[in-house]
Amino acid sequence: MNSPHLLSINDLSRAEILEILDTARELARITDGSMKKLPTLRGRTVVNLFFEDSTRTRLSFEAAAKRLSADVINFSAKGSSVSKGESLKDTAQTLEAMGAELIIVRHSSSGAAQRLAESGWVKSHIVNAGDGMHEHPTQALLDAFTIRNHFPDHANDFSGLRIGIVGDILHSRVARSNALLLSSLGAEVVVIAPATLLPVGIESWPVSVSYNLDEEISTLDAIMMLRVQSERMSDAFFPSEREYARDYGLGTQRLKALKPQSIIMHPGPMNRGLEISAASADSERSVILEQVANGVIVRMAVLYLLMGGAAVPTEGVLV
Amino acid sequence: MSIVLEQSEIDRSLKRIAHEIIERNHGLSSVILLGIPTRGVTLAQRIGTFLSDIDTPVPVGTLDITMYRDDLRLRPPRPLVATSIPSEGLEGKDVVLVDDVLFSGRTIRAALDAIGELGRPKSVQLAVLIDRGHRQLPIRADYVGKNIPTNAKESVRVQLREIDGEDQVEVSH
Repeated sequence: MNSPHLLSINDLSRAEILEILDTARELARITDGSMKKLPTLRGRTVVNLFFEDSTRTRLSFEAAAKRLSADVINFSAKGSSVSKGESLKDTAQTLEAMGAELIIVRHSSSGAAQRLAESGWVKSHIVNAGDGMHEHPTQALLDAFTIRNHFPDHANDFSGLRIGIVGDILHSRVARSNALLLSSLGAEVVVIAPATLLPVGIESWPVSVSYNLDEEISTLDAIMMLRVQSERMSDAFFPSEREYARDYGLGTQRLKALKPQSIIMHPGPMNRGLEISAASADSERSVILEQVANGVIVRMAVLYLLMGGAAVPTEGVLV
Repeated sequence: MSIVLEQSEIDRSLKRIAHEIIERNHGLSSVILLGIPTRGVTLAQRIGTFLSDIDTPVPVGTLDITMYRDDLRLRPPRPLVATSIPSEGLEGKDVVLVDDVLFSGRTIRAALDAIGELGRPKSVQLAVLIDRGHRQLPIRADYVGKNIPTNAKESVRVQLREIDGEDQVEVSH
């Protein structure tokens, strides 16, 4: 990776994406055996700086850092000085003064990670773990890794794969990161949502748009169900939950309409019964728990590639 | 630049190492070869072929030691290479590590750490094509193709036909 930070999928070339996925594949192979814990980042400090609630992403980064023997400091805004009005800048500088070398940041404002990386406030590596409705790059990487495992013929090239992203595209940073990443690898991405849940400017995304899930369902190799993000919804985006589930939920009928080899994905946490039925979430097609396991592996790869080596090549003879 | 080992000498060295491995271990019943990427893997495969010509086939695996290096921070991150450990594992085996050049010894230290995570072999031995001296750690090779005294600033390059198209070892200043 050329950049010292991971902020957006847009910053990654196709070669860099494949480098991360290949590194993750080897890490999966190593840690699958008896080398559960690697000494690579021993003595280095990683901070989880979370201004927004999260369980799985924070735990996943923490597990990844610990498996590489890094020390982890967890910071969540609740019950911290942030509630006393401390700014992002002061918080980050304080954590760096405590020895942080890499900061994983989640914030409700789009662009927070980028600001931290480019402002010169801190020298640490920055990893974006979700910024507002903008991006969540490691989620997209783990989704691509999961798809790759299920379609080995498409390991380095997703062309020929049709992937549907269904539901709350408007509030979803997962959708944006995935649309960018999957199409960069060559997949055909279709977003399927009611018009009220599509963002302004969707026509500039590298995707096609559909309003009808039933028309698309049998064409998809992977279907990614997004969580309906009630906490970000201040208006009525759809008439009722029941109507949403009927039009855009993955229920039993649609489960039957899927192609035999296609997979069901969800970034979690799920609203069972709303965007995905229990039967679909627990079906054989569902790779939702694999996504969780792959999340740790892919984040290990990102941490290793960002902080495992020197930023600039050093002169000298080494063997 | 000078060529210090040619194809016929490389072949002969590896064959001799194969004989020495058999002699030292009183046969091959518990021997496993582990090559260190990149060229150590090729050398391990060649020694494996000689062993099966002379005696019996032995398991040949690869061990990527990138994640165990202590000089990670001195250079850009390296891509990981595949590790494959023969299915019977390392427990109670005589493991012969194979690498192309033995220099500071740090690669081998990293390999010993990685092996420590994988199991408890009966013994770990080291085979290298070239020993160029300048050790920074108390490590030595059990089987050496050729000792080549070098200046620490020189570089030793092993080329193998499977990877580089031809077999030779050159030293350049």
